[in-house]
Amino acid sequence: MTTLTHGDSVRRKAATEMRLLSISKYLLLVLFALFFLFPMVLMIVSSFKPDDQLLRDTSSLKAFIPYGDLTLDNYRGVFDRVPAGRFIMNSLVISFLTVGLGLVVNSMAGFALSRVRFPGQKVILAIIIATLILPLEAIAIPLLMVVTKLPWLSFDGGIHFEQGWLNSYQVQILPFVANSFTIFLFAQQFKSLPKSLDEAALMDGASWFGIYRRIAVPLSGPTFATAAILTFLPIWNAYLWPLMVVQQEDKRPVMLGVQYFFQLNVAWGEVMAYLTLITLPILVIFLALQRAFIESIASSGVKG
Amino acid sequence: MAAVTLEKVNKVYPNGYHAIHDLSLEIADGEFLVLVGPSGCGKSTALRMVAGLEDISGGDMYIGDRVVNDVHPKDRDIAMVFQNYALYPHMTVAENIGFALKLAKVPKAEIAERVKKAAAILDLTENLDRKPGQLSGGQRQRVAMGRAIVRQPKAFLMDEPLSNLDAKLRVQMRAEIARLQRDLGVTTIYVTHDQVEAMTMGDRVCVLKRGFLQQVDTPQNLYDSPDNVFVAGFIGSPSMNIMVSTLGGTAETPTVTIGDQTLSVPPEVVAARPAIAASIGTEVVIGIRPEDIEDAALLPDAPDDRRLSTTTTLLESLGSEVIVHFPLGAEPFSIMDAEFEGEDAIEKQRDSSGKAIYTGRFSPRSMARMGAELEIVVDTGRLHFFDKATGLALRD
Repeated sequence: MTTLTHGDSVRRKAATEMRLLSISKYLLLVLFALFFLFPMVLMIVSSFKPDDQLLRDTSSLKAFIPYGDLTLDNYRGVFDRVPAGRFIMNSLVISFLTVGLGLVVNSMAGFALSRVRFPGQKVILAIIIATLILPLEAIAIPLLMVVTKLPWLSFDGGIHFEQGWLNSYQVQILPFVANSFTIFLFAQQFKSLPKSLDEAALMDGASWFGIYRRIAVPLSGPTFATAAILTFLPIWNAYLWPLMVVQQEDKRPVMLGVQYFFQLNVAWGEVMAYLTLITLPILVIFLALQRAFIESIASSGVKG
Repeated sequence: MAAVTLEKVNKVYPNGYHAIHDLSLEIADGEFLVLVGPSGCGKSTALRMVAGLEDISGGDMYIGDRVVNDVHPKDRDIAMVFQNYALYPHMTVAENIGFALKLAKVPKAEIAERVKKAAAILDLTENLDRKPGQLSGGQRQRVAMGRAIVRQPKAFLMDEPLSNLDAKLRVQMRAEIARLQRDLGVTTIYVTHDQVEAMTMGDRVCVLKRGFLQQVDTPQNLYDSPDNVFVAGFIGSPSMNIMVSTLGGTAETPTVTIGDQTLSVPPEVVAARPAIAASIGTEVVIGIRPEDIEDAALLPDAPDDRRLSTTTTLLESLGSEVIVHFPLGAEPFSIMDAEFEGEDAIEKQRDSSGKAIYTGRFSPRSMARMGAELEIVVDTGRLHFFDKATGLALRD
């Protein structure tokens, strides 16, 4: 009897410990979540506050609380000051084309570098990986010199080539389609697929492109989602490069819009409203892709 | 369907490793040929060369009358079953089976028809809409087979297709594949390291060692008259007792020594194989199949000059037979010659006095006891003789 009671108390103690452990784990997670959510809450709450209240609240926790004269004036102000719709449209076009083209080009490169055997393969992959250490700032000037010289097909007044890519969509898209990190990511993913799948498909009559399209791509959903998220963010957030190559307003992306608010006196409410507007698309896309990401991970658990 | 012919085919890898040496084989139309050998013998490489998945470094490969050395795998019209099945995990069973037809742009209705037929043959009809991950090992194996048969190819290539199955399923699938091949009559090359599969399935068996062809023959001929010590030791389980012996006596009264004991050999054995007579007075290698050794207690009429005295070191009763281990004074002859000794050389077990242990397959009625004295009878009419220097069978 005593041993039973003793066993019970030990078990109860263990259960309590487990519960405490999981509570503290969740507490920690909630703290982390709050830590990352605070800036966003501050941004969204502030976007509805008039400037004087906003500035008054910044020194206290009130900054995070929606109270007082909440108004949409800041949003109206944004559209008066900045062609926000145009900028968001531009950024959506640029980001989607870069991501779309990037997924095709980089996954094909990764496939070739990991699955197809050809001389110099390892050297090429090594060079591609080596370029990872070069930040955009380091190559911005040479890149600028290149894009000012490159020709582009023009349809204005008959088909002809024009020199220079400045003030265009392509100058914001094409230099960022091929991405060494994404190529590396795809190469690693494709390398992890069993070699015998290629061989079986070869025997079944598939070409290398057929193997890529019908076998490798369908089995790599998570990697595509990851690559999409990872390429979308920097393109959406691009500031330095568009600043260098786009002077015309109708081709500018969202981030260049931010500088419109930092004129003589900064309208912080409008800044927050604008930031809220340009953050929403990323949030939506991120959440949508994240779901696909998790789903594809779950389905890839099926192995033949 | 077509014959497959290899003419002095060689495979040298870029790192210089010579995997296949002058392999010549003729596989007749509709024949089931098994390639067998220990790991690293080149059997899978040879198969992959037929498939077109490995380049041919030298020699010629024919499928039918056509040289296929430089023909792309998809244009060779052969189907392959892989060891890990290589099913496409994201496709259903029906899509897996019909994939090759889809790529060949066969009309959809015909694909559905042929997939259905293949599924019926392989008992997969109820699983056509499932993904490979939802199938058991045996079902996956059948899907892999289905993928091959649906194409009606000129030849099937199978690379250890049963090695991932458990023992019971393996026996069942072994029979199924053999039956299927007979029904379809498609030329088949089958790679295995399992000699039971090789012996039971193949019309002919081709034994390879280190990229060299050792012998191609029907299973029974391989077993009864191995061309060399390697084939003798490789085919048969438990494997043949192979030992060094001195061939003595005369052509009329030949004898062999087993350590310090002597056995007489029927003169007709020597008469049938003149090379043995020529070796009288020299050291040779002799091979005794375990089933040619019996407990003397069960054969009271056996002459004294066929008997050997020893002790029992281990008894393994299998119900239908008893495998008996016993030491003999004769030195064992390694089935791997000196050149190849290393990871493959199997250290022969020895008893406390250093004598090598050999095995016999006794009738279950044998009263042999562990550790007790044992008298055995050797059927010397069925001895195998090999040249000690070359390891080749002594025949003509």
